[in-house]
Amino acid sequence: MQIYLPIAELPISVLMVLGLSGAVGFISGLFGVGGGFLLTPLLIFLDIPPAVAVATVAAQVAGSSMTGVLTYLRRRALDLKLGGVLVSGGIVGTVLGVLFFNAMRRLGQLELVITLSYVTLFSIIGGLMLYDALRAMLRVRAGKPARRRRRGGMHPWWMGLPFRQRFPRSGLYCSVIPIALLAVVIGFIGAVLGVGGGFILVPGLIYFFRIPPAVVVGTSLFQILVTMTGATLLHAVTNQSVDIILATLLLLGGVIGAQFGGRAARNLNVESFRLLLALLILSVGLRFAIELFLAPSEPFSVVVPESAR
Amino acid sequence: MRRLPHLAALLLLLLPAGIAAGRAETLIAAMSSHQIQITSNYTGSQLTVFGQVERDGRSVSRGDPYDIVVTVRGPRRMLLVRQKERLGPIWINATQRRFPENPVFLLVASSRPIAEMMSPETARRDRVGLLNAERTSQGWYDDSASTTLFRESLVRIMQGKGLYAYEERGVTFLSSALFSAPIDVPATAPTGSYTVDVVLYAGGVPLARQQTNFEVIKTGTEQRLASGAYDWPWLYGLVTVLLALFFGWGASVVFRRD
Repeated sequence: MQIYLPIAELPISVLMVLGLSGAVGFISGLFGVGGGFLLTPLLIFLDIPPAVAVATVAAQVAGSSMTGVLTYLRRRALDLKLGGVLVSGGIVGTVLGVLFFNAMRRLGQLELVITLSYVTLFSIIGGLMLYDALRAMLRVRAGKPARRRRRGGMHPWWMGLPFRQRFPRSGLYCSVIPIALLAVVIGFIGAVLGVGGGFILVPGLIYFFRIPPAVVVGTSLFQILVTMTGATLLHAVTNQSVDIILATLLLLGGVIGAQFGGRAARNLNVESFRLLLALLILSVGLRFAIELFLAPSEPFSVVVPESAR
Repeated sequence: MRRLPHLAALLLLLLPAGIAAGRAETLIAAMSSHQIQITSNYTGSQLTVFGQVERDGRSVSRGDPYDIVVTVRGPRRMLLVRQKERLGPIWINATQRRFPENPVFLLVASSRPIAEMMSPETARRDRVGLLNAERTSQGWYDDSASTTLFRESLVRIMQGKGLYAYEERGVTFLSSALFSAPIDVPATAPTGSYTVDVVLYAGGVPLARQQTNFEVIKTGTEQRLASGAYDWPWLYGLVTVLLALFFGWGASVVFRRD
């Protein structure tokens, strides 16, 4: 069954979109990431104009993170105080990111910037996570605890910077500065790449601040919910590229998929959780690397510049 | 008001008969429809252009058969053609060429292969065929090697997308004077106005021309949603966000486990 998308201006198979968004929703529920970093490239691959894909995925991500936020709120696995710090930092980063985005677009190298960022970011984050997860697994094999136990009073130097705050739900006593800085970086990257940034935020909070994964996922979803709601509105107002029909289809598949993903997440132990997320991120990075390093079979491409649409 | 375009089309059909009175042949062409309406189940459409060659009774019959070339041009946009080149270990878009005011849809249909109808020089001069149709437009005019490369790449890629096509036997003669040509408009073809040029040839010489047109528009829900997005962007955005949040909330209620 095909349905015509009024903004993207092409017909698309309803079942395919539902299947696709369902699968991405599953991953999103499983890992507490928005799933935008998977869904946006997939939609572009289906010939949906990149601007429409980015803007519409923002709406879908807002919807699926809403479900997650409510679920984690009920389970009391969401640190609203930490979320507040992340959101305010994220807003600053988003504004900076949009400015950078427009500057690169004027220079005509936006596509290269996006591809390069995907490759470097995903390879580095994925690689670090994979290394860490494998090391932890080896330690378990050897009969040692998964990682060295944290002793009281021992913490990385950045947590001891000024403006220390207690985040009771996360079991965290830490300076606001590094948290806000992480949020600025994520807001920046999110705006440039058109993704929520959950895939950086989740490992960032786990590795830099040693916050329990259960709380990290809920809090990350909260930050994504706020930024993606804002992003959807901004896209609708500034470039009219939100496709409401496509958004509805993506939401339908996404929220259902996320439910099953969330259920699966509870039966998954922390170490295999890390390993899987690392592999997923690495494979997306690899996919972009192939595009960058292999000789293209068709070196030419035709685009309609966004200003001319 | 709806009848007006039809009336205009009729007038256009009648006009050349008077102008070309001195010629031996005149051409009449008409579309099966002047409008394609995009609805929610739209997956592309097909129109037909019909035409008739009218011969002046006094003229001597020609040795060469009649040939028809139909050229359909869609709405014009700026197109950028980019070429990837190797820079160190990576491939990046290095060179780009602008094709301003370039049709996003181009269909050439002929009654037999253009190469059999006329010499390549005539085809170029008369702008016949996919590579020649836009010869006067900016970016297509000069014949330097690089422009030719970019122009050929543009046509090749657009053909791959189904937006450019050449049907070398797309025009069928139903009798010695009556012909028809189907025009396939894929769903990805943009909305806007399309011109249809019909040219009659014999022995590589153009004898008569006729132009008609059609438009592709969104109707019903499609049209309301698209214009809503442009006319009330805040409302549209707000509705989308609320829809998203509602879906999210709904799922957490429906799938609630505790």
